[in-house]
Amino acid sequence: MAMLEINDLYVNYGMIAALKGISFEVNEGEVIALIGANGAGKTTTLHTITGLLHAKSGSIKFNGVELTKAPAHKIVEMGIAHVPEGRRIFQNLTVLDNLKLGAFTRKDKENISKDIQMVYERFPRLAERKTQIAGTLSGGEQQMLAMGRALMSKPKIIVMDEPSMGLSPIFVSNIFDIIQTIRETGTTVLLVEQNAKKALSIADRAYVLETGKISLSGKASDLINDASVKKAYLGE
Amino acid sequence: MNNKTALAKTKMLKPQTKKSFTTYIMVTVVFVIMMILSSTGNVSSQIDGLLVPLCVYSILAVSLNLTVGILGELSLGQAGFMCVGAYASALFSIATKETILVEWVRFPLAILVGGIFAAIFGILIGIPVLRLNGDYLAIVTLAFGEIIKNVFAALYVGIDSKGLHIALNQADMNLEADGTEIIRGALGVKGVPNDSSFVVGFILLLITLIISYNYINSRTGRAVKAIRDNSIATESVGLNITKYKLITFALTAFLAGIAGALYSHNYSTLQASKFDYNLSILILVFVVLGGIGNIRGSVIAAIILTLIPELLRSINSYRMLIYSIVLIVMMILTSNEKARTFIVTNFGKLKGMVLKIFKRKDTAEKEVK
Repeated sequence: MAMLEINDLYVNYGMIAALKGISFEVNEGEVIALIGANGAGKTTTLHTITGLLHAKSGSIKFNGVELTKAPAHKIVEMGIAHVPEGRRIFQNLTVLDNLKLGAFTRKDKENISKDIQMVYERFPRLAERKTQIAGTLSGGEQQMLAMGRALMSKPKIIVMDEPSMGLSPIFVSNIFDIIQTIRETGTTVLLVEQNAKKALSIADRAYVLETGKISLSGKASDLINDASVKKAYLGE
Repeated sequence: MNNKTALAKTKMLKPQTKKSFTTYIMVTVVFVIMMILSSTGNVSSQIDGLLVPLCVYSILAVSLNLTVGILGELSLGQAGFMCVGAYASALFSIATKETILVEWVRFPLAILVGGIFAAIFGILIGIPVLRLNGDYLAIVTLAFGEIIKNVFAALYVGIDSKGLHIALNQADMNLEADGTEIIRGALGVKGVPNDSSFVVGFILLLITLIISYNYINSRTGRAVKAIRDNSIATESVGLNITKYKLITFALTAFLAGIAGALYSHNYSTLQASKFDYNLSILILVFVVLGGIGNIRGSVIAAIILTLIPELLRSINSYRMLIYSIVLIVMMILTSNEKARTFIVTNFGKLKGMVLKIFKRKDTAEKEVK
């Protein structure tokens, strides 16, 4: 059984249909990329999984538990962490407070400081700036903080929305390296990206979304060589 | 290991604790000075009459700052919650006048009743209202404040041997011969015991400050500030936004209820018409001028802006003119970047000078030794 199963999912914004019956699955330990143009429904899919949006019909099952009716805070407790688009960190709080908030749903309070140290090891920049107000960090550092915060909830699966958006090429490579190390520690990753080339190079499998429907799917290594993907998303 | 984390904790908390203790000390010093002045007979009766209202307004401003500054939502219903607290506590005091004879038992209970009733109203109103935000929330809270005021203005409550009677006009109360009317519609409540004093007001203000500072720096407070910064991110890290909004709203209402109890026991008559939206807006002005999210600023602004119009009564025709000029100047000083840096640098110089003088004194003392 797949860890995360999405089945015939429909989501509307008022009268406008954003997702028109998509189905896909994520197995434990995989990195799955969801690629597609602007407005294809990538963010909508993530928001519906994490409970920020509600589905019109269809099902999302996480380890067999139905998520479509659950509130967002319950979904985080189940082990799904969300790194939202555009680095939505808490601008006026310190780096440390941001990380502590990531661990808000956890019951094992005694291990939190240990995990904060772990995040610092993974992102040494954050350790240097732990007492700094998060809004004063650079874009890349804010993205690291958003990822660190998501890791603090000890998720089974982490869903990331455009982690490379608005970052310099060096930082983009950096972020993708970090995603690799996250998967090496056994956390499953669902990645939404416009940077299709980078996403496909680290993903196991990928799904291509086109105006609310999945148009292509398969192994990432196959898709990266697929003629239509190359033309539409890789600019070759 | 344990020791180290404990040490790290105290180090981390330092600036916040320092801030809160400065405020406690500041308020206490003002209190002691006023007590000395009034015991030596140096305080005019006009100022003396203002001491309790000053505490009331300070508590109201601090509590509203929790919703406006920490939660980041505009609420204009503060007078409504104060009204609930004032009426509930007055009712309690009058109803138990014969049963609880000791004043220092009855009054704290009355204050608590006022606070709790206001908090209940806060929760009841908060559940539907907190789904809104921004301007919509402001308008709806304003409306609820007015509704509360008008309901109390139409309410008749009496007590007799059979218990409490509540009705919407005098005849419907059906009181026994031995009954007394407590709330009489628009005429309000008469005969509220005058239990409030500056000492009680000071203690309540101090309690409010302690609660507020601890709330802001608590785990819950951090969650509330996170909601203010970014509600989508807060939801995505797994916080129940509505719950934390509601807790803050209820705490604000509770403290406003306490202020209402202090207010109602300061005068022997109580009328609902006092708790109109002008009062809510006045308190919001205190919060905005004192600095949104700045607890100490709320107290200072509440004190200055309550004193000015009262002290200017002697030049009655120019009173509101001066008051509005002061408001505008304060607004410019707090919002203008240049004006603020000017104040900060000059205040810094002043601080440096004071420190220098103290240092000189220190070294001089050491030399003597």
